Amino acid sequence: MLRAPSPALNSVEDEFELSTVCHRPEGLEQLQEQTKFTRKELQVLYRGFKNECPSGIVNEENFKQIYSQFFPQGDSSTYATFLFNAFDTNHDGSVSFEDFVAGLSVILRGTIDDRLNWAFNLYDLNKDGCITKEEMLDIMKSIYDMMGKYTYPALREEAPREHVESFFQKMDRNKDGVVTIEEFIESCQKDENIMRSMKLFDNVI
Amino acid sequence: MAAGVAAWLPFARAAAIGWMPVANCPMPLAPADKNKRQDELIVLNVSGRRFQTWRTTLERYPDTLLGSTEKEFFFNEDTKEYFFDRDPEVFRCVLNFYRTGKLHYPRYECISAYDDELAFYGILPEIIGDCCYEEYKDRKRENAERLMDDNDSENNQESMPSLSFRQTMWRAFENPHTSTLALVFYYVTGFFIAVSVITNVVETVPCGTVPGSKELPCGERYSVAFFCLDTACVMIFTVEYLLRLFAAPSRYRFIRSVMSIIDVVAIMPYYIGLVMTNNEDVSGAFVTLRVFRVFRIFKFSRHSQGLRILGYTLKSCASELGFLLFSLTMAIIIFATVMFYAEKGSSASKFTSIPASFWYTIVTMTTLGYGDMVPKTIAGKIFGSICSLSGVLVIALPVPVIVSNFSRIYHQNQRADKRRAQKKARLARIRVAKTGSSNAYLHSKRNGLLNEALELMGTPEEEHMGKSTSLIESQHHHLLHCLEKTTNHEFIDEQMFEQNCMESSMQNYPSTRSPSLSSHPGLTTTCCSRRNKKTTHLPNSNLPATRLRSMQELSTIHIQGSEQPSLTTSRSSLNLKADDGLRPNCKTSQITTAIISIPTPPALTPEGESRPPPASPGPNTNIPSVASNVVKVSAL
Repeated sequence: MLRAPSPALNSVEDEFELSTVCHRPEGLEQLQEQTKFTRKELQVLYRGFKNECPSGIVNEENFKQIYSQFFPQGDSSTYATFLFNAFDTNHDGSVSFEDFVAGLSVILRGTIDDRLNWAFNLYDLNKDGCITKEEMLDIMKSIYDMMGKYTYPALREEAPREHVESFFQKMDRNKDGVVTIEEFIESCQKDENIMRSMKLFDNVI
Repeated sequence: MAAGVAAWLPFARAAAIGWMPVANCPMPLAPADKNKRQDELIVLNVSGRRFQTWRTTLERYPDTLLGSTEKEFFFNEDTKEYFFDRDPEVFRCVLNFYRTGKLHYPRYECISAYDDELAFYGILPEIIGDCCYEEYKDRKRENAERLMDDNDSENNQESMPSLSFRQTMWRAFENPHTSTLALVFYYVTGFFIAVSVITNVVETVPCGTVPGSKELPCGERYSVAFFCLDTACVMIFTVEYLLRLFAAPSRYRFIRSVMSIIDVVAIMPYYIGLVMTNNEDVSGAFVTLRVFRVFRIFKFSRHSQGLRILGYTLKSCASELGFLLFSLTMAIIIFATVMFYAEKGSSASKFTSIPASFWYTIVTMTTLGYGDMVPKTIAGKIFGSICSLSGVLVIALPVPVIVSNFSRIYHQNQRADKRRAQKKARLARIRVAKTGSSNAYLHSKRNGLLNEALELMGTPEEEHMGKSTSLIESQHHHLLHCLEKTTNHEFIDEQMFEQNCMESSMQNYPSTRSPSLSSHPGLTTTCCSRRNKKTTHLPNSNLPATRLRSMQELSTIHIQGSEQPSLTTSRSSLNLKADDGLRPNCKTSQITTAIISIPTPPALTPEGESRPPPASPGPNTNIPSVASNVVKVSAL
């Protein structure tokens, strides 16, 4: 019995407080009105949502964990946080099914302008209406983080920054160092690649 | 990828829209979802087992899933059934709750699975019936202890880079396994504790006689040697105590803790002895103080887990111990009184007073039976035997409680240790699964383009090739592919990464024109015009790693072969980079284009150009089996 002691023998004699939160979404009809999904699509979405989050809401930790399952090689937690903030429109720290479906409705069934708006909202971290280089750099770094370490060619420190520079070169029309929503939409509409790729995931649901 | 999370894949893919404005290259096409999943939904069909019940039964509890409108989300119009993809065993308990109003906890069920199911159906665990509530709470407590243990050990093993020196020291003291220095320190102190205890013991052993005086204990015969040993040990202990005091996060709490008091008590006699030298009056008291040196043995409890468990058990069994003491006291007083009055009559009885009888009672009840006090009267003997019989009972009662407490805590610690030992294996398995999924992506990248092209071409006989990866997998791979396009970097596996690092640091970049590439005017014009050329080697099969890379190059070539002009700006910007921006062509690599190009060179290129999406080599359409075999060989 002569071996090093384990970490402190704290006993867990406390009673467990009940901390289940149950959130139920509005009815199917209301969601159908509010979003552009069909009834069947909403059903499918809800089942997936409820499976992973039986309590009806997803908080940031859960969200990050779910999202990280899709990117085994890199670290997707920062980007997941940004996504979470983009979905959590009322900023109450949790994404309910309504938030979730509302966001998806914009992304998948909205007009191109709606989608560009949503993307702009994602990039604009402090929601002040314009994207600064620092915000874009944070976003870029989080995207590059998802690649992980083992990439080809090997990721350098300056790669995100250069990417941000090229992004600003393309988007910032008046060269004032920030990208406003109008500049963003205008520049994106001029770029065929972006226009086409915005429609890429239409049939995801 | 976990099966449960597959339901969130559409969300992850939709969220990829956040990358689109940032990307500079066009994205690959999404895999077509030809047959949309038809969900089979059956009313209250839980994973295949049908349950039927009245609607009013379910509506008894309107704040649960089944009782509210939430279940409409699970309704299938086609079969007019509600389908739940959950455990049917637990659903039985859930449904019985609606029927009888009592929720039961089946013993064979895992506690966390059961909790998950209850959370899903919106039922609070608190309403578990009294019959099953104890079991539920016990299991839940065990589970939480396990989780806490896991968290603790996780926290302990996390590397905290920004620890101050003081914190590192404290961590080293508390967990000797964190560094070799800590381990050395741990063993050294343990050794000195043992030495000190042994010297204390040996000091008193009679050691032979010095001529002309009586037998002396070793301590007085070799007093100098023992004094040196004692000094050394005390110095080590003092240094250790001061170091711990320095490193402790909360010094006040440390000074009050039991271990530090033991430390102080263990070394105090020495210093007091130094101070009071050769003063005859107090040397008696001093000798008594030496008794406290034996407390050094308690310092071993830092080194022995079992001792700590014992101490902890005693602490946690305080109430049982108290009860034992109280009942014993009661019994002792009763029997002592009885014995005293029973023996009062006999002459020369040793039972002179009730307190004197206490000694007899204690010795008898603990079944020691020294025999120094024995009853002589018949009544005395009768009561004496009753005393010894009851003694066995009274002592035996609380002991199992203490023992069970001890064993519970001990086993819990054993389990924690076992779990820690298994954790390494478990983490290794998780890591393998993770690399498995990323390797799956890398592997399918080689074949992936084929699948996309096949789907686009829609040739029926090629469908079977596309089915090698499920739809979900192909969608996942498409997602990862989009990420690659956004960042203009590719995923590779670890060995290739090491190889690339080594090569990039070692080699120059040759630039010879590749003859095989130039045989493809359609392919080479757009992509190779701005790029350095590769050296071609005969495709041999010794280096699978580079072949993988070359297949990746091939895939990228073909993608870029049909790019828009806007891409070339970024391509050139990449080419301008001295180091990594240069595409793989600058490394020595094998081109398997030779293999692929052979089957149908001219027929390909117009198709390769006309198709805007990332077209894979079209050999598959014309000579399916040959090309597919060829490709497969090269991809191995």
